[in-house]
Amino acid sequence: MTTRREAIKTAARLLVLTPAAVAYFERPTSADAPAESKYDMAKHWWAMSIDIEKCIGCGNCVRGCANENAVPRGYFRTWVERYQAPAYPDEDHPEVDSPDGAFNGFPEKKKDNAKSFFVPKLCNQCAHSPCVQVCPVGATFETPDGLVLVDQTYCLGCRYCVQACPYGCRYIHPEKQTVDKCTFCYHRISKGLVTACVEVCPTGARTLADLKDPKDPIHAFLRDNPVQVLKPHMATGAKVYYKSLDESVR
Amino acid sequence: MEPVTKLVEGFMYPNEVELQWSILIVLYPYITGLVAGAFILASLERVFRVEAVKPTYRLALLTALAFLLVAPLPLQLHLGHPERSFEMFLTPHRSSAMAMFGFVYLWYLAAVLVMEIWLDFRKDIVLLSRTAPSAMRWIYKLLTLGSQNISERSLQIDDRVGYIVTVVGIPSAFLLHGYVGFIFGSVKANPWWSTPLMPIVFLFSAISSGISVVLLIYMAATRLRRQALDMRCLDTMGSYLFYLFVIDFTLEMVDLTHRIYEAGESFQSLDFMVHSRLYFSHIVVQIVLGTLVPLALLGSAQLWRMSEARRKSVYALSGLLIMTGIFAMRWNVVIGGQLFSKSFLGYTTYKLEFATREGLLAAILLMILPFIILWALVKLLPPWTTLAHEAAGGRDGGNT
Amino acid sequence: MKEAVHLVRLAALFAAGFVAFLVIRQMVVPAGFGKYGHFRAGALDDIRARPISYAGHGTCEACHDDQHNVLAKGKHAQVSCEACHGPQNRHAEEPDKVKPVLPDTRVLCASCHESNSAKPKKFPQVVASDHSGGEPCKSCHVPHNPKLSTEKGQ
Repeated sequence: MTTRREAIKTAARLLVLTPAAVAYFERPTSADAPAESKYDMAKHWWAMSIDIEKCIGCGNCVRGCANENAVPRGYFRTWVERYQAPAYPDEDHPEVDSPDGAFNGFPEKKKDNAKSFFVPKLCNQCAHSPCVQVCPVGATFETPDGLVLVDQTYCLGCRYCVQACPYGCRYIHPEKQTVDKCTFCYHRISKGLVTACVEVCPTGARTLADLKDPKDPIHAFLRDNPVQVLKPHMATGAKVYYKSLDESVR
Repeated sequence: MEPVTKLVEGFMYPNEVELQWSILIVLYPYITGLVAGAFILASLERVFRVEAVKPTYRLALLTALAFLLVAPLPLQLHLGHPERSFEMFLTPHRSSAMAMFGFVYLWYLAAVLVMEIWLDFRKDIVLLSRTAPSAMRWIYKLLTLGSQNISERSLQIDDRVGYIVTVVGIPSAFLLHGYVGFIFGSVKANPWWSTPLMPIVFLFSAISSGISVVLLIYMAATRLRRQALDMRCLDTMGSYLFYLFVIDFTLEMVDLTHRIYEAGESFQSLDFMVHSRLYFSHIVVQIVLGTLVPLALLGSAQLWRMSEARRKSVYALSGLLIMTGIFAMRWNVVIGGQLFSKSFLGYTTYKLEFATREGLLAAILLMILPFIILWALVKLLPPWTTLAHEAAGGRDGGNT
Repeated sequence: MKEAVHLVRLAALFAAGFVAFLVIRQMVVPAGFGKYGHFRAGALDDIRARPISYAGHGTCEACHDDQHNVLAKGKHAQVSCEACHGPQNRHAEEPDKVKPVLPDTRVLCASCHESNSAKPKKFPQVVASDHSGGEPCKSCHVPHNPKLSTEKGQ
């Protein structure tokens, strides 16, 4: 439906380049947002907390995300990594794997004396987002409520943002040929639901957070725990906060 | 999934397995580099008064134009939605190097190159609009913009304006290719790219490759036209090529030394890559064959007396090697920068396809295309000193 | 400036091109571009309007409060319905037409509780083949309150 409307819109633009025509065809987009008009962007600043000690590597989040967002197989808006950091003298060479992004969890892989744990990953919804910085046309952007989103009807597919993301969170959608990534389930959280990955996480390892809400448990989480973001030296303003993140995690 | 995972060694973030920028994106800095280099060579004569390279002046301008017209094509071909590329001009994102490049490109194309060529060839265009066969005459008439004025005074004005355009053109050419370097050098997520030296290294390698391509085209065209090579011109080009290439090599070595000495977070990963997957293209082709050998050849031509025939082959061979080496350099930057994981824990493989949209065939065709365009441009605007030119006295022939 | 007429024409050509560019740009830039930042404001609505698959446990509990009461008393109180039952928004919208299928506990339970050395040590895990020998977990455990009643005495 959307694609057909887009096609008609584009055709109309090419045929009659008049502002009136453009305004006419633009109208449905803004009229399309029914109930969501209640949602006030100014009142939210989305983030996520992740407790590494609770993650069991079941892959429910990966499957849940794929179900909710029709993520093409082989590409990942969220995934889980397994770190196995050996003891001295090999502590600098952790063994890391993420078979099929942990879509089917992890097969047992014993490693003696290794520090082993799972690390869930997803877009960090950076406040100083390097991917947004490089987008040549404004097809990916930071929203007033603190998300980094992609306008699928405007993206060129130049892939510069994929190069600029230090975390490997972006991919080119094989059918749409535009860039795609985690939206923090914007279509859910703007309706008062939590993200799909948070909804289906059986251990509560992930928690959606709204930093602008003074009652949100995130404030206690950040205050009471040693917390780290991924690659802090990149100064991306990442907003996915990890508790008990090991030094070896990249 | 199975064949994909086989390309990976160690660990990559799952979305990283697929390379984003293909051989077409290797061509893009390569081609823009040739443009910038050819233009700098042309400006040597115009602004820096290196009279010896005059025989290549107009040829260099046309070469620059031919390559510049092709430069955006690999980008277009690579885009997921080429039909949306005009958005870059509609809503350019000011913080994006790529968006600004669109404007730099247009500026360079319209305000510098086309303008300078038009001013320089205007007299020929007017004369040809009178003498050319009827079909062609209309094209020339169009190009005159309806002004047949080739009086001494008007040509003097053209020369002055052309000089200003060239002066503006030099920083523009630097900007054009420096910007390409910046597109890579400013990606902080990628340690292989992220260095403030990138624009400068790109620039000097661009100049070296641009001089090489004009040198080769000049030698080939002279042979095809059964004319004698101007050895003074060739020697001058050879020596400039040598000096500029020394600077280029020094800059690259500064970069390399700095990386090795700092040995930062990414060093082990990059070092391993250079010694394994990039060994052939980086060490063998770029550094040894593409840099050390031509430097030795060109250097020996500077140091020792050689016969004309030997000098010719030294220049031709060096030009070819430099062009190959600089292509390898672009390859190593673009492809090399995507072979390692941003986790520094693993490596992927680039599989060059053949007859696909972003395959080898497309790349070869895109490299042939500028030569076809150049051939057409040379037919349209003969850069050689023509009979008409001599009869009317040439651009500054009036003074001689 | 009779001698520079051709230059004036060239300048006029450039100026005309520039003006044409500005005019076309004015017409083709999507409405609402730049309202909240350098992007098309309508994109926010487009993304928010995408359909959901997971109804959320609040929706499930509205009808299935009996199941929820059982769940709330047991070890699985924190596990939301759709973590095991899968996305049920279509069921929530058309409860009579779309019926959820009960998951196979042999597969389902193992996806969390199969032993793995990278799992947190405190997390209950078994090697399913040793533990139950292929018997469905629900032969002994009630998934909504999995602790065996006999365990209390042990």
